[in-house]
Amino acid sequence: MTESKKMEEKILSIRDLSISFQTALGRVDAIRGVEMDLYRGETLAIVGESGSGKSVTMKAVMGILSSNGVINSGSIDFSYYDNHEKIDVDILKLTKKHMRSHINGKHIAMIFQDPMTSLNPTMNIGAQIMEGMIWHKRANKKEAYQRALELLELVGITDAKKRMKNYPHQLSGGMRQRVVIAIALACNPDLLICDEPTTALDVTIQAKILELIKDIQKKMNISVIYITHDLGVVAKVADYVAVMYAGKIVEKGTVDEVFYDPKHPYTWGLLSAMPDLDTFDDVLYTIPGSPPNLSHKVEGDAFADRNIYALNIDHRLEPPMFKITDTHYAATWLLHEKAPKVEMPQALRDRIDRMLKEASDDGK
Amino acid sequence: MKKYLLKRVLISIATLLVILVILFLMLEFMPGSPFNDEKLTTAQIELLNAKYGLDKPVIIRFFNYVKNMLSGDFGVSYTISKNTPISTLLLSRLPISVTIGGQAVLLGTVVGLILGIIAALKHNTIWDTLTTIISVIGVSLPSYVFALALSYSLGYKLEWFPLLYSSKAPFDSSILPTISLSMFTIASIARFTRTEMIEVMGSDYIQLAESKGISGIHLIVRHQLRNALIPIITVLAPLIVSLMTGSLVIEKIFSIPGIGSLLVTAIQSNDYNVIIAIAFIYSAMYIGIMLVVDILYGIIDPRIRLAKEESHE
Repeated sequence: MTESKKMEEKILSIRDLSISFQTALGRVDAIRGVEMDLYRGETLAIVGESGSGKSVTMKAVMGILSSNGVINSGSIDFSYYDNHEKIDVDILKLTKKHMRSHINGKHIAMIFQDPMTSLNPTMNIGAQIMEGMIWHKRANKKEAYQRALELLELVGITDAKKRMKNYPHQLSGGMRQRVVIAIALACNPDLLICDEPTTALDVTIQAKILELIKDIQKKMNISVIYITHDLGVVAKVADYVAVMYAGKIVEKGTVDEVFYDPKHPYTWGLLSAMPDLDTFDDVLYTIPGSPPNLSHKVEGDAFADRNIYALNIDHRLEPPMFKITDTHYAATWLLHEKAPKVEMPQALRDRIDRMLKEASDDGK
Repeated sequence: MKKYLLKRVLISIATLLVILVILFLMLEFMPGSPFNDEKLTTAQIELLNAKYGLDKPVIIRFFNYVKNMLSGDFGVSYTISKNTPISTLLLSRLPISVTIGGQAVLLGTVVGLILGIIAALKHNTIWDTLTTIISVIGVSLPSYVFALALSYSLGYKLEWFPLLYSSKAPFDSSILPTISLSMFTIASIARFTRTEMIEVMGSDYIQLAESKGISGIHLIVRHQLRNALIPIITVLAPLIVSLMTGSLVIEKIFSIPGIGSLLVTAIQSNDYNVIIAIAFIYSAMYIGIMLVVDILYGIIDPRIRLAKEESHE
């Protein structure tokens, strides 16, 4: 694993990122020291509750933070190829203009959550797909038209020629999300950010869209970051998982490590709260309480107040990232050598054992 | 679209006919007659009524009027300018009102849009505040205050522009009235554009456009303004009509021989034909502009255009 890792090429590396927002209620520290790595061709899923900072982190990567957002510290190193020449940049140091003309759309593209609102209602979809290619001078009008047709077919839209002339309101939600994906792919990006791409869609369409993104990722060898709170999605698509809570990453690792051997009590909570067919409890587990208000300074571990396993130190000192394996890290004092031995809740243990068994049965 | 247009034009004609009937009835119920002069004897008034056909029942007069109107004859003036055909009377005045109004519409819309766009792009900065102040002043102060202030400062003190309208220098002397008239439009359009632009700028599809890498003028015009324009046009239509039909006060201050002042004089002296003709022209302009606005909607918003096409095919 480590051997092959070195061979792979790091495409995105976020270090010590911290972002706050000036709001009417004062300063909100939305992102507090996020670190994250992504390698070419791999898929990372960022999971967490609403307001945990998943989208804000990715908007910072995209350079589309809202105007009241302030970046306090950190770096977002991104590397891409331009004419076979490798270029490394710190996205946070780029001007908005440079970002728009060199990175956005060309090398990093984004798929938004709600396809009903993310297309311009006054432009036909052909024009919206072609726009980016023509804007970045990747193609002239004729080539862009050809490419748009190909893309529509790639994302599974039949009768592409006719659809090019359609306006967003003439398409269904699933079709619109396919168009959004086609727009994102128009300039062959190196990195595709999917912000809850299936949340607003019908359950029957969700799986198809995920399959589609996975397929395209394989064909075009692009890296994908999913922002989601749907652990089902994570299990289906991701190689790596980062669990975010209150503006920090509390646990990260490969999808197997985080799903089958979670270490952070918050991850335990998230996994326990996921409904499955084998649970016979009357009440679905929920994590007690609600996330802390980030406009106040957080003392100690932000999760401590909701954590039944919290130690005394959790209320005073923020836990560092403890290394479990080369790829698996978690920020909880429970991993400290002097901490009492605490195991995950029995119900979750049983569920994971069941999942492991199913997985090995499937493997046979 | 053609079918839709034809239907709209037919409805417009029907509306105008209804308006004409109402106008006739209202004038019928108005006290007095065009010949109120105390020196006239009853016999003389009867003679005058007979001469102009005013002794006939209202229904017959109405049909006679419509018949004449279709051949371009709007009748003659009874009192203001005796026996002058209405068309002559209006032709000398209407173009002046429409020209000044049109200039005010153009100035108001262009300046208003620019101010609104700047305010939205520089949201929460000094530019935004400045535009808001201009808008509040423009909306709250009546146009004659600007007219008086402008003619005192630019006209009387600095002598840059003539104080009164003159047919010898129609453009130079129309500048001050144009600016005074356009202030309200500038303010309303700027305020509205700002609000709409800010809303559009926060929308998902602008984020998508930005994440495609689109920026600058192309982003503003193609993505932001086009979507913001749809509601702006709705407020623009009544503003245009009120400007084109002339403003009585502004026409008085700059002594402009427009149709606003003519209408008031006509009502005071019961000059039936003048009242009907002007009221009819006002209605026709209003209906015409509404029709244009409806077509504009279709051009800007494909949702409306396609819905219309579907329901009329």
